[in-house]
Amino acid sequence: MAGRFSIEASQFRGETSLTVMPDQIVDVCRSLRDDFSFDMLSGQTAVDYWPEQEPRFHLIYQLYSLAENLRLRLRVPLNGNAPSLSTIEEIYPNANWHEREVFDMFGINFEGHSDLRRILMPYDWEGHPLRKDYPLGYEEVQFSFNYDEIDRRKPYARE
Amino acid sequence: MFEKTEVTLDELRHLVSDRALGGDTVLLNMGPQHPSTHGVLRLLLELDGETVINCIPDIGFLHTGIEKNMEAKTYIKAAVMTDRLDYLNTVGNNLVYCLAIEKLVELDVPPRAQVIRVILAELQRIASHLVWLGTQSLDLAAMSVFLYCFREREWIMDIIEMCGGQRMMATFIRPGGLWRDVPEEFEDAVRQFLKIFPARIDEYEALLTKNPLFLERTRWIGVLSREDAIRWGVTGPSARASGVNFDLRKAQPYSGYEQYEFDIPTHTDGDTYVRYSVRIEEMRQSLRIVQQALDKLADGPVRSNNRKFVPPPRSELGTSMEAVIHHFKLWTEGFLVPEGAVYVPVESPRGELGVYLESDGGPKPYRVYWRTPSFVNLQVLPLLSKGHFVADLVALIGTIDIVLGDADR
Repeated sequence: MAGRFSIEASQFRGETSLTVMPDQIVDVCRSLRDDFSFDMLSGQTAVDYWPEQEPRFHLIYQLYSLAENLRLRLRVPLNGNAPSLSTIEEIYPNANWHEREVFDMFGINFEGHSDLRRILMPYDWEGHPLRKDYPLGYEEVQFSFNYDEIDRRKPYARE
Repeated sequence: MFEKTEVTLDELRHLVSDRALGGDTVLLNMGPQHPSTHGVLRLLLELDGETVINCIPDIGFLHTGIEKNMEAKTYIKAAVMTDRLDYLNTVGNNLVYCLAIEKLVELDVPPRAQVIRVILAELQRIASHLVWLGTQSLDLAAMSVFLYCFREREWIMDIIEMCGGQRMMATFIRPGGLWRDVPEEFEDAVRQFLKIFPARIDEYEALLTKNPLFLERTRWIGVLSREDAIRWGVTGPSARASGVNFDLRKAQPYSGYEQYEFDIPTHTDGDTYVRYSVRIEEMRQSLRIVQQALDKLADGPVRSNNRKFVPPPRSELGTSMEAVIHHFKLWTEGFLVPEGAVYVPVESPRGELGVYLESDGGPKPYRVYWRTPSFVNLQVLPLLSKGHFVADLVALIGTIDIVLGDADR
């Protein structure tokens, strides 16, 4: 497999990670499922390394092989400028929601995805919350003495 | 920023059939505030008469941004948030998060702490299955089962309260062991429960297992094939009822599960009824584990002695300067975790609950990703519900045993 794709393997605490180039992810996943019996996609997420730009994101794919009882992690580095890569939905159908979540939270585009909408945040939300340059917000606590004052500047959807 | 926009049919065109656009079929909203959606789940249904043609789940109503919040807190403070994810499996959430930290820093956990972790996790599994059983039968109009289930669940909640001071959000499991040792009366309380509870399971079974109404509503409803279960990554009792013999307690044991004798109930029919019987059998197996764990519960410390990660006992604070320094460091800066990333899964009552924890070497987690079973299992709901009646859909939402706090995080 290493011959066909440019892959780097690493070990940490007994877990194996493969670093895969974004343009090869579909072929690598198909090969892992068909030739190496990794038949389940356990999870899929991303990590933001902002302010680093190249690569800014790492996509994480957690695969599991039911027959061999083995786990494998794929890491896909992705640059910060309009990040985009192919969907693996046709190989692992449950990537559908995982990729929607990554799109929602990190703003990473998945080409060829059948239904790329926000999944957790409201559909008209601006920004992608799990990016490191997205601030962690909070709600001001309203007590009886400052209720009206906070209420006036609180961003509600008003009629 | 808060402009009023509307979701139009155009945006959902790719999800519904052509007949919906022509007006042949009806689009109906179910939820988010529907009593049988077990939390706040919205389903957009495309109906032909009473038959479900399409079911489009819409989640996110319980999104609390816990993953983002945890990045801004030290490891110990973030542990408190883990209870709030899956509020029916609070002990399991603590456990998986602590296992991930322990794997990253290679922290030891004393045997007594491991045994207590197993006892609490299994009691929590029973409690979660009881909530599931109660609500599922309530959805199918068997009201009394719900009352009996919650009676026994409250008993387990009392045991957890006895240990951690809280019924649900106890955060009893901490990195390197437990918050404190269990009280003296703990063992008696659990033994009492073990003695009485098997008869109670028989009671539920007497009400449901051969009940023709229950059979009618569940047999061959929502059949999930083994291939589909694997393709869609379904885990837990839902997958085991479809013939996938996969339980992390056996496949990749943690916390000493390899020392206990228990069976993994599986079935091949994959319908709503066998998902019920698999969960009932799982409760019996959990009792077996608790029994064995109680028998081998020996005295000993319940926290690791590694003071760089685990706070010293309060009694030492008055006499040892070093203990004061460690205590101060742990509760202000927190502990530093070596750089790296791990993925740790455990078997929650709903399936594989995994944590991907990445550290940059600092006192706060750089990224925490929760692979939650409800999120993944909910994806098969459209597959299960196609061609069934709306009334059956109510049974199907219950049968995959989702917790929306778990799905939305």
